[in-house]
Amino acid sequence: MAASSSTASEEDEWVPPSRRPELADVTPVPQDDGPHPVVAIAYRDDFREVMDYFRALYFAGERSLRALHLTAEVIDLNPGNYTVWHFRRLVLEALDANLQEEMDFVDRIAECNPKNYQIWHHKRWLAEKLGPDVANKEHEFTRKILAIDGKNYHAWSHRQRYLVITRSPLLGGLAALRDSEVDYTIEAILSNPQNESPWKYLKGLYKGENNLLMTDERISDVCLKVLKNDTACVFALSLLLDLLHIGLQPSDELRGTIETMKSSDPETQDADLATAICLILQKCDPLRINYWSWYRTTISSQI
Amino acid sequence: MVRRLSLRSPRPQRARRLKQARPPPSPPPPPTAAPMDSPSQPPPPAEGGSSADGEAVELPRLTVTQVEQMKVEAKVAEIYRVLFSNAPNANSLMLELWREQHTEYLTRGLKHLGPSFHVLDANRPWLCYWMIHALALLDEIPDEDVENDIVDFLSRCQDKDGGYGGGPGQLPHLATTYAAVNALVTIGSERALSSINRENLYKFMLQMKDTSGAFRMHDGGEIDVRACYTAISVASLVNILDCELAKGVGNFIRRCQTYEGGIAGEPYAEAHGGYTFCGLAAMILLHEADKLDLPSLIEWVAFRQGVECGFQGRTNKLVDGCYSFWQAAPLVLTQKLMTIVDEQLKSSYSSKRLPGDDAGASSSTEAVQYAKFGFEFIMKSNQMGPLFHSIALQQYILLCAQVLDGGLRDKPGKNRDHYHSCYCLSGLSVSQYSAMVDSDACPLPQHVLGPYSNLLEPIHPLYNVVLDKYHTAYEFFSSQ
Ligand SMILES: [Zn+2]
Repeated sequence: MAASSSTASEEDEWVPPSRRPELADVTPVPQDDGPHPVVAIAYRDDFREVMDYFRALYFAGERSLRALHLTAEVIDLNPGNYTVWHFRRLVLEALDANLQEEMDFVDRIAECNPKNYQIWHHKRWLAEKLGPDVANKEHEFTRKILAIDGKNYHAWSHRQRYLVITRSPLLGGLAALRDSEVDYTIEAILSNPQNESPWKYLKGLYKGENNLLMTDERISDVCLKVLKNDTACVFALSLLLDLLHIGLQPSDELRGTIETMKSSDPETQDADLATAICLILQKCDPLRINYWSWYRTTISSQI
Repeated sequence: MVRRLSLRSPRPQRARRLKQARPPPSPPPPPTAAPMDSPSQPPPPAEGGSSADGEAVELPRLTVTQVEQMKVEAKVAEIYRVLFSNAPNANSLMLELWREQHTEYLTRGLKHLGPSFHVLDANRPWLCYWMIHALALLDEIPDEDVENDIVDFLSRCQDKDGGYGGGPGQLPHLATTYAAVNALVTIGSERALSSINRENLYKFMLQMKDTSGAFRMHDGGEIDVRACYTAISVASLVNILDCELAKGVGNFIRRCQTYEGGIAGEPYAEAHGGYTFCGLAAMILLHEADKLDLPSLIEWVAFRQGVECGFQGRTNKLVDGCYSFWQAAPLVLTQKLMTIVDEQLKSSYSSKRLPGDDAGASSSTEAVQYAKFGFEFIMKSNQMGPLFHSIALQQYILLCAQVLDGGLRDKPGKNRDHYHSCYCLSGLSVSQYSAMVDSDACPLPQHVLGPYSNLLEPIHPLYNVVLDKYHTAYEFFSSQ
């Protein structure tokens, strides 16, 4: 099936649809923008012409090879056109097309448009049709995209679909896995305490398991270790606060660390530990002053 | 073509109650004490790109994102340095909202767009909404002719079987349906509101409903929180929301709340500002906000405001002006949800039960008054001040997101566009009104950064339409 190759290889000798013999019997359908269009786009001639021919085949519901070729051209011009993707899937199904080739086609487009909803949705549709064999290839493809942009939202979402769900420590509730994940995460925190992600992940490992979070001594230890080098580390202070909030009995070391910080600030003298931490956070995290002072009021209403 | 308003004196027309919300326990610092000086932050690199590279060699632990982050911080810091070294009256000038320029940019776009806009050819109702809503925030109303042209154009995007597509003849799509309906509500004329075919819209929405209860964007399209929000928001706004449409949506959205606290596009994905707004707003419209873990949602969003004073969309991503709405709005919504938040905090203190664990057992089967939830919510008082730094956010929007020729942008160094103009201004409005008890109360001068003429129209934050227009539409559709 040559659906994919037509646009790329024939770029320099592009023939307008109106001069293609295979479309000679098609009457192009112009867009119905009305007499006084708004947000009117000054389409280039090639764009307008391809769209007019596409509309003709789309409205006629023609599921043919020439329709498939034309959808590839429209997608090339505007990959955000969900209507054409939808129609392309109908055509692919009607023609019983080779879907592996289709995957190669969409991968090439995805590399230039990694943030497009339609492309990722189309890949998912294909992967579901192609079955489990495709998982490794998809995993590899997301790796390629993530190497370029490590935060590409669509690539991560796509990737998690092909991960064996039980491998995620957040899902299986596997205590053994959690244990090693905590060690790994603590290492990540110590190597770069200003990176918020591992802090969030550490707390996430104990989601819904406050008692376990509270009794795992490694958690308060890592906070204290970080605070030794950086007394104003917001993530460490905030995690300590969470621990106290869920009922941690403070160790002498924790008490000592906070007392030292308190002594430099007369306002915190009479405050209990949790309140003191909130007051310290209000100072060293002024952007979140409203958040921390609100948090302080919720503590005092509960303890 | 547009009623031109020059700088206005403080809000003459409407009688809004000058009543301040219970002030935040201690006043936010003035912009001069802005968090750029925060000691916990790594110092920005000296200048230019080479120093960042040099530093990356010295500090091999910095991630690529952190290097990018330092470049943005340096740019923003430079802008703020100019502000803080200025005389106070010069500051006021710098902090001005350039109304006329924005109005011109938006009005021009409504008429005509260049060839490069062909990539938005499947988003034309969005273009209408971004422009007409941004203009409404600026209290600028296009000529009646232009408004009628928009109504006619959107009617051509309306599918004969219900819903709106991205342009004439395109497949109906929930997101462009949301954009079209919000644009029509913003126009607000009888002609605009009655052009929506509600019966067919309802049928279209039922067809978009997956067996899980969640919505898909279009026939054969993707299922996500955005589809759920746009469906529920539209259904609520035009008064067609019922148990049939609502069934199962809340459970899907609840499954999208991640371990970080924010909401993802679908289960097991990463928390994201846009989806967090969509998820929370939909849950409130469904009267199921108690199924979310609100304290951890609040914490996640509050931590997305960064040293640049604006919001980022996800953990470790760069600041971006459009999140001024997507992230600030969820926090503004929670100002009216404190009763649930307090209850959840109490139960998390006393037991390890997750909020929402008892969900599903409760409510939903009896006749629920869906029509009223959006209205009752906006009539509720704020139970506390904003949980983000509203003045700092306004500072980012005014100084870093405005473009001198009109329009607003993601961040310094990027180009303006209509999407960012819409959501930067929506975020600015949300911040300006966030300190008041009532959603339509007139803010005090200290809540509005820059000259008081910067004050925008208030919005209904669940739908993101201007509040006056919402009330008109609510009355219109209540009687249908
Ligand atoms: Zn943006």
